[in-house]
This record gives sequence, C-alpha cells and structure tokens, in this order.
Amino acid sequence: MSDNEIILKALYDAVEQVNIDLPADQKLAKSPVTVLFGPGSSLDSLGLVNLIVAAEQKIDENMSVAISIADERAMSQKNSPFRTIQTLADYIDILVQEKTNA
Amino acid sequence: MPDSPVMVITGTSKGIVKYLVGYYTDKGYRVAGCSRGETDYKIDNYRHFCLDVSSEDDVKKMFSAIRRDFGRLDALINNAGVASMNHSLLTPMSSVDKIFKTNLYGTFLFCREAARLMQTNKFGRIVNFATVATPLKLEGEALYASSKAAVVSLTEILARELADFGITVNAVGPTPVKTDLIKSVPVEKMDSLINRQAIRRYGEFRDISNAIDFFIQPESDFITGQVIYLGGV
Repeated sequence: MSDNEIILKALYDAVEQVNIDLPADQKLAKSPVTVLFGPGSSLDSLGLVNLIVAAEQKIDENMSVAISIADERAMSQKNSPFRTIQTLADYIDILVQEKTNA
Repeated sequence: MPDSPVMVITGTSKGIVKYLVGYYTDKGYRVAGCSRGETDYKIDNYRHFCLDVSSEDDVKKMFSAIRRDFGRLDALINNAGVASMNHSLLTPMSSVDKIFKTNLYGTFLFCREAARLMQTNKFGRIVNFATVATPLKLEGEALYASSKAAVVSLTEILARELADFGITVNAVGPTPVKTDLIKSVPVEKMDSLINRQAIRRYGEFRDISNAIDFFIQPESDFITGQVIYLGGV
C-alpha cells in the first residue's frame, strides 16, 4: 500500500468518526471526490475542525507521524487543500514526507 | 483500572504538583504528569513524562502515548509555570522568552492537545493557573503577571471555542503558597502582598485543590470561562 493509499484510509477512518455526530443527510461519503470545504460541502466550520483533528490522530496512529495539517501554508494555498478528501490526502502526503525526511 | 478517569498535570516535579498527584490518584484518577526532569517520588497510578512544556513535538508525543495507553482524558491541570521577579528596566529578553514559553505557550499547547483527546468523548475539564499578581498589578512582576493575564484571556476564549465539545475551561489564581516559586522573593514583599488579600494568610495546597475540585466535578458542566482568585483578591 502506498503512502497516499494509507493516508486515504486514515481519512476514511476520520470520516467514519466524524459521521457519528452528523445527521443522516449530512454524513460524508468515503470517496476521494467528497467535498469538505466550500460550495457543496455538508460540513460546517466546527465539523471541518473535527475532521482535521480526527485526521491528524489517525495519521499519527497509522503512520506514527505527528503533523499539523492546518498550518499557515495550508491556509495560504491558492487552491485550498481542504477542498476534497483527495486534495487533503495529497497535502498530508507532502507533510508526512517532509516530517519523515527531516 | 481501565475505566477510571485520566488526568494530566503539568509542572515541576516538586511542591504543589507532588501534592496534586497524590491527592488525585487517591481519588481514583490515573494521572500523567510532566516536568523537565525525573520526579523524586513514586506514586501508584502516576506516569511521568520528561519534557519541555513549550516543545510542540514533546507535547504531541506525550498525548500520543496517553491516547494509545489510556484511551481517554478527563481533566487537565495546567500548573506548569515560572516566575521572575525583576524590575522591567532590568528584565532581559531571555527571561521574557522563558516566562512566555512556559506560562503561555505551554498552557496553550496542553490545552490544544488535551482538547483534541477530550473531544472524542465529548467531555473534558481544563483548569489553567492564573495568579493574583495580575489583578493586584504587582510591581516587579510585569512579565509574570502579563503572561498569566494572557492565560486568563486564553481561558476565556477557549471556554467558548470548546463549549460545543463538552469541555469546560476555567482558571484558578492562587495567592502565594510557600513553594520554590517564591523562595527568592523578599519576606517584606510577600507580607505586603498578603496584606492586600481579603483573607490575610499564605495559601495552602488544599485551597488550590478545593478550587480545582469545584471546576472538575461533573456538576460544574455549566461553569466555564471563569477565574477564581483565592484569598478574596
């Protein structure tokens, strides 16, 4: 399994955790194209915070790497890494590589 | 005791923390604590971590271990703090750096990591440490008091940000207690300070644990963003 696949699985685990508290019509699909942020997202700001926290914990548990996803760089990207599950996975992949190569 | 509640206490290996560790393990908590060095005591159901409270990596590793080994966190007592008595005109930046790193950055880091763990159970109690030096505007304590004023502000805003997660955030502002923190302060300075309290005596450890007990009891789920200054300050 590649790092990106492991990260996607961790994100799906995080989605499962966040879905527990979401109403049935707002639950997130475990798919790379699921929109997390901006138009088309069913998450409110607190829901996105919950998902990011859960994602960091799952990455730590599954890959033994402690990352901070919502850093200044993430916030200043022209294309938000929080747009979909896949864009978030790609951004986490970069953070994990930087952390493991440091 | 896999189902017993878990508490984190930050701070030095001596003084109030040794008392708090014993007090809360006796009450049935599993307690994790930290300081730069090892402790000079061994208490059942206490686990010690050696770290710098302002180091993000160290603190994250501690909470990873707590999540892995305990699986829950019920209360955080953010006691770690350093004081420095000096006139502002004579205060070096190295002191400013040290005070703010421990008192503010450390408090923030532990609040953040604790809340991340607490929110999974939709329950948590955070108690930060303020000081009477802030409302008393003590001369010679400009940096210490202002770092703790920042802790009060942090407490009040985190209380709002974390309310939806079932987490309360409060602070206790102790009066002087006879610990290492005040050993270098002249006696007349301490007497003058104590004379400004409504109840004129040194604080005891039990005064602090009493205020903490109030904040962390389950019935206090409607108490958040508050600071209790001891001694009637």
